[in-house]
Amino acid sequence: MNTAVLMPLAVSIPVVGAAAVAMLHRAPDIRESVSFLSAAAVLACVTMLLPAVLDGGRPEWVFLELMPGLPLAFRLEPLGMLFALVASVLWPVSTLYSIGYMRGNNEPHQSRFFACFAMAIACTLGIAFSANLITLFLFYELLTLVTYPLVTHHRDEESRSAGRIYLGILMGTSLTLLLVAVVSTWFLTGTTEFTPGGVLQGEISNAAIGGLLALFVFGIGKAAVMPMHRWLPAAMVAPTPVSALLHAVAVVKAGVFSVVKVIVYIFGVERISGLSSVDWLPFITGFTIVAASVVALRSDNLKRRLAYSTISQLSYVVLAAALLTPLSVIGAALHILTHAVSKITLFFAAGAIYTAAHKTKVSELDGIGLRMPWTMAAFTIGALSLIGIPPAAGFFSKWFIMLGAAEGGRWVALGVLLTSTLLNAAYFLPIIYAAYFRREAEPAHDHGEAPAPMLGAMFASTLMVLRFATGIGLLLTLTRQLVPN
Amino acid sequence: MSAEHLPVLLVVVPLLAAPLIVLFRSGRAGWLLAVLASMVSLACAIGLFVQVRGGTVISYAIGNWAPPWGIEYRVDVLNAFVLILVSGVATIVSVYARTSVISEVPSDRHYLFYAMFLLCLSGLLGMTVTDDVFNIFVFLEISSLSGYVLIALGRERRALHAAFQYLILGTIGATFYIIGVGFLYLVTGTLNIVDMAGRIQAVADHRPVLAALAFMTVGLSLKAALFPLHAWLPSAYSTAPGAVAAFMAGTATKVSLYVFIRLLFGVFGARLVLQDLPLLEALSLLSIAAMLVASLVAVMEKDLKRLLAYSSVAQIGYITLGVSLANQDGLTAAVVHLFNHGIAKAALFMLVGGAALRLGGCRLEVLAGMGQRMPLSAFCIVIAGLSLIGVPGTAGFITKWHLVLAAAEAGQWLTIVAIGASSLLAAAYVWRFVEAAYFTAPRHHGVQEVSVGMLAPAVIMTVACVYFGLDTSFTLGAAREAAELLLGAVK
Repeated sequence: MNTAVLMPLAVSIPVVGAAAVAMLHRAPDIRESVSFLSAAAVLACVTMLLPAVLDGGRPEWVFLELMPGLPLAFRLEPLGMLFALVASVLWPVSTLYSIGYMRGNNEPHQSRFFACFAMAIACTLGIAFSANLITLFLFYELLTLVTYPLVTHHRDEESRSAGRIYLGILMGTSLTLLLVAVVSTWFLTGTTEFTPGGVLQGEISNAAIGGLLALFVFGIGKAAVMPMHRWLPAAMVAPTPVSALLHAVAVVKAGVFSVVKVIVYIFGVERISGLSSVDWLPFITGFTIVAASVVALRSDNLKRRLAYSTISQLSYVVLAAALLTPLSVIGAALHILTHAVSKITLFFAAGAIYTAAHKTKVSELDGIGLRMPWTMAAFTIGALSLIGIPPAAGFFSKWFIMLGAAEGGRWVALGVLLTSTLLNAAYFLPIIYAAYFRREAEPAHDHGEAPAPMLGAMFASTLMVLRFATGIGLLLTLTRQLVPN
Repeated sequence: MSAEHLPVLLVVVPLLAAPLIVLFRSGRAGWLLAVLASMVSLACAIGLFVQVRGGTVISYAIGNWAPPWGIEYRVDVLNAFVLILVSGVATIVSVYARTSVISEVPSDRHYLFYAMFLLCLSGLLGMTVTDDVFNIFVFLEISSLSGYVLIALGRERRALHAAFQYLILGTIGATFYIIGVGFLYLVTGTLNIVDMAGRIQAVADHRPVLAALAFMTVGLSLKAALFPLHAWLPSAYSTAPGAVAAFMAGTATKVSLYVFIRLLFGVFGARLVLQDLPLLEALSLLSIAAMLVASLVAVMEKDLKRLLAYSSVAQIGYITLGVSLANQDGLTAAVVHLFNHGIAKAALFMLVGGAALRLGGCRLEVLAGMGQRMPLSAFCIVIAGLSLIGVPGTAGFITKWHLVLAAAEAGQWLTIVAIGASSLLAAAYVWRFVEAAYFTAPRHHGVQEVSVGMLAPAVIMTVACVYFGLDTSFTLGAAREAAELLLGAVK
């Protein structure tokens, strides 16, 4: 069998699943089974693609020619493989979690929710598989559109204005800056194909390269590099499973994935390393890392704190790619994965606290570790992972990014990473301390743990954080293919 | 009957079906004849398009009077493409018209509606197919006069005022055009476009030629609603019956634009248009003004039909912007947007027309909760709206891609900024509908989706907006070939 056919299959399964989910709104149990079945099928497809990519194969699938020389096509390479794995592994986990959350909170319009959720996965996989900028652009925009109903799930005044910010920034940046970036790439090089080593050969001036990079970095608003970050905290009005899978994993990772992919396959790491016109990127991402951490430190709302932490961590990925050394590029790719599993655990915990205790503020969490031991254990592990404590997942990616920074002699970047580690600790550890060692405020609200499906999902994601080391060999084989030698 | 008569059959079939309808005096028979005649025209147009793909030009001498003395119908890939747009939109809208007319037009006038519809169609097709500048005027008047009647058939009294306004401005436009024709005839002694193009270069710096260019540009800009000569369009489209608005929005302005492009590149040619006069610079400025100002007005509009009408003015700016860039990609964008915008607006006006019938108006607050009450219609409005914004995967994106590319080739970076700003404004006005339809509680209870007869044509048109955003071999293939043809003519 031609393995390439698995890619369109993996993208279409969630679409079909979404249609089935939308029609099955009278039978919630069957509907949820459909969600699980499609998630399992997608996971199977993506896993079956893995051996081919590990062996150096690049499965390719062309749909049609959108415009002469601009096909809609999929081609799987290591970075896309990694991203597809992240999305397809975490989808079933967060489906399990969503079922607990949506039923536990009696949320309305659950069919629409699960259908849009599945569509978002389809678009994410489309982004992961894209063979060229135009295909990536198509799925990128679709992802914005199908997640809009999820962000505005409650259809009230608050979600309406959040939706405006969400769509305004994401579509505003992509329809102007990103479109111009893609057209300019096509205009300058005559191709939009992702090519190892980049496509900007020869004639293009350094200033033009710097400008093009700016168009891409700010045009890909999903990467939330400041000042394009405001949509992410706004999107937190969505139900927590949306924040967990989409705004910690799929959507934001689609953003940084696109940035890394563009740097590696359009600009070419070797082509632009040492150019003065791209030197601003480490600074602006370094600023984002520190500034977002400071805002996180000052946020009392737990989800908002996590959102700003996400903004900060996303810029880790962009910064790592912008350092333009082989090790840092590996670190960037790994951080897409490690931040995903860690942050989804944290959001799962935040949603569990909301469902069981109806608490949303950090200052209300005193003593909650005793009432919800499992949830807070998961939260602790996720937080420690993001701080970068071994053997949790976050340590590994941070290690590679720092090695890359040292290798390139980027001492400022190294300083930013160390400062940010301290800030991470400063905004996570007080929560953990309060949860376990402070006494609960009176009058005590009597509640227990979150519903079982949510605990199950948290257990799964925590396990991934803790047992990350077992997969590191495989992941390194994959990510090493990104850099020459 | 053989294939060589296709160019004339295309026009004659609807032209003769119209009086036939008046003889029948029955709404039902009128509708059937209108659908049939539109379909025959569409079939003829497709037949012609197949023949002219690849550079063939069909020349048809009316009554066997050889051109340039007789009237010549001349079909190349450019006007064959426009013919498909006009007859295609007519076919789908005529199916839709049945329900729309029953609800909006007094029953004793149904047959007159269909007769006028076909006259308007044959006028538009004639303008497109003919190669004779005076014949263009004749067909322009046929389509305009029937168009005034169609608009005046609207339910509200305001429709009469709108039709009158359109009549005055349209007549001024047509008069300006015919004055231009007179001047050209004065200096070249011919009315045939191809013949005239050969003769005009020798007299290009004569004042009558310049006067003709000025008169024709203004006259056709009026008919095409090019900013700032668009005043008639919003009230005409928003008060006309639903089917009329959909038909006119998809075709009428597009045909005038086609004639404008044809004359600019096919008659006046390189020296006048591209070198001596700052015509293209002026056109470019007006286009950008249209894209920004009209979009801004659309963002403020409270009535969805007027919103869409102002959006049309802005989108016409895209087309003329492509013309003003005057390179391969710019002209491709202009020609392909004739089609892409035509189908998007036809779809939108059909959907909004249906919604207005069900909900009793189309002010945004009346459309509150439409997403719940009329889910399919509301969803299709969003999809066609995405095409107006130019989201990838829709037809509008194909246009925008070529426009940005053309501006980059011309080194006009400010134009790119304007295109970006205009699509943001488009997103803003489309999202005003989304918020009204999905974020506000419905005001009406027991409102249901419109009948299949209205919904199906609108859905087909909406699907076309997506289809031609993905499979562009027909639209873009034709537009690129047409652009080459136009540029080849001025080299």
